[in-house]
Amino acid sequence: MKKSTTNAAFYVPYGLWLALFVVAPVLLIIYQSFFDISGHFTLSNYATYFQSGTYILMTINSVVYAFIITAVTLLISYPTAYLLHYAKHKQLWLLLIILPTWINLLLKAYAFIGIFSQDGGVNGFLAMFGIAPKQFLFTDFSFILVASYIEIPFMILPIFNGIEELDQGYVNASRDLGAKGWQTFTRVILPLTMSGVKAGVQAVFIPSLSLFMLTRLIGGNRVITLGTAIEEHFLVTMNWGMGSTIGVVLIIAMFLIMFLTGERKRKGGRA
Amino acid sequence: MKKWKWSNLYLIFVFILLYVPIFYLVGYSFSAGDSMSNFHGFTWQHYLDLFADTRMIQIVVDTLLLALLSSLIATIVGTMGALAIHRTSRPVIKNTVLSMNNILMVSPDVIIGASFLIFFTALKVPLGFLSVLLSHIAFSIPIVVLMVLPKLKEMRQSMLDAARDLGSTTTQVLTHIIMPFITPGILSGFFMAFTYSLDDFAVTFFVTGNGFQTLAVEIYARARQGISLEINALSGVMFIFALLLVIGYYFIQQGAQTRKAKHKGGETL
Repeated sequence: MKKSTTNAAFYVPYGLWLALFVVAPVLLIIYQSFFDISGHFTLSNYATYFQSGTYILMTINSVVYAFIITAVTLLISYPTAYLLHYAKHKQLWLLLIILPTWINLLLKAYAFIGIFSQDGGVNGFLAMFGIAPKQFLFTDFSFILVASYIEIPFMILPIFNGIEELDQGYVNASRDLGAKGWQTFTRVILPLTMSGVKAGVQAVFIPSLSLFMLTRLIGGNRVITLGTAIEEHFLVTMNWGMGSTIGVVLIIAMFLIMFLTGERKRKGGRA
Repeated sequence: MKKWKWSNLYLIFVFILLYVPIFYLVGYSFSAGDSMSNFHGFTWQHYLDLFADTRMIQIVVDTLLLALLSSLIATIVGTMGALAIHRTSRPVIKNTVLSMNNILMVSPDVIIGASFLIFFTALKVPLGFLSVLLSHIAFSIPIVVLMVLPKLKEMRQSMLDAARDLGSTTTQVLTHIIMPFITPGILSGFFMAFTYSLDDFAVTFFVTGNGFQTLAVEIYARARQGISLEINALSGVMFIFALLLVIGYYFIQQGAQTRKAKHKGGETL
């Protein structure tokens, strides 16, 4: 094999990247989690994490929020992706879905500060019905809404791809064999597009655990996610050890989700 | 066909939902007031303020330069990586490398940011432009690999064999056969890397020092202080920019598709 030398040459920069920016940082964050704020090797970070109820509660809270955000986006996105598949000019529609993701996330969050403010758009709208100004900003509700808003395109795209791969023949066959619309959906379409749904859940759930800028700007520090806690420890209190410990928890959560939503390799598969 | 109208209504509803905040934002950039409430009449003032704000202009230029430079380097390294992975014949190594490639794709931003911060501090890399650039290159590489790999898989071995049989060297095969074939993938990868860099906030927020700001970090700092319609004007400019980028990306993809169609036609497939 003559090409093995050139192959090695291609691997050099890429391998360096793998070693320096993928492997080393993960190892470093695990290593760092065993040091306390004054630099002594200790297990106390993990002890604090598991013993003080606050961290456990915060983790559960964060997971619950991520779960709600994922559920909301899924509920909105699946029908959208499904209808998109049958729409005319779907490439154009798709482009319109992608466009908002190219607007910086911070700008979108900033827009909601205006929309939800005391004299903002939503309260202006409610005032027409005589409903007194309500507090939207800095509530759990607004955090979930804004996070869902931001994640919707990332859910639509994988589901859309999943539906595109679906062989229309199966749907027709199921109809021909007398299945009702709903039966076709639950027995044929949904199972066959599950991989897209899983990819979407993966793409939304994991970032939702760590949206610290939204909890700051929209949640008004009332909502604390794993991401907020890490940011707080790294950049505010400078307790990198504790921050890393929470980071390790987040990494474990990430692998757990990937394992649960992972594509199980089907042998053979369809031609 | 009866349901057609209802389904379109739902799609339109979702699109309104997606675009209301953006248009709200851009709309108020023309308001004469100083908050995002009660439209006060049309003005270009906030745009004039924006273009007179040299600090902001500097940050925009820095952000664009950073995105361009990081995506360029990421594209080069990523393409080499894809070529290397493609040529790896042992499935165990291939799969391991591929899953390692994907780690940064699925990692939450805070983890990337925090771990890079530890990494740069350990290596005593000064926090600033260099650390931000290295981070952006690092998190853009995997997407380039993922964009280039499918193109390499599409390429038929017989083409390479034919080139070698006709006496071309390894370098010639690479530059004359492989590179032209995978160019659409490389371009898509470059575009994705570019947008990743432009879009990033969290990682930059962690690894930037006091000296270097990107647009996202600056917006965050200003948004925490409250509303300034200059940011709205900025988002108006950025919306146009995003629109142009999307259209550009669309044409690249269209180009790739017509090429593919031609290719298929030629083979009478």
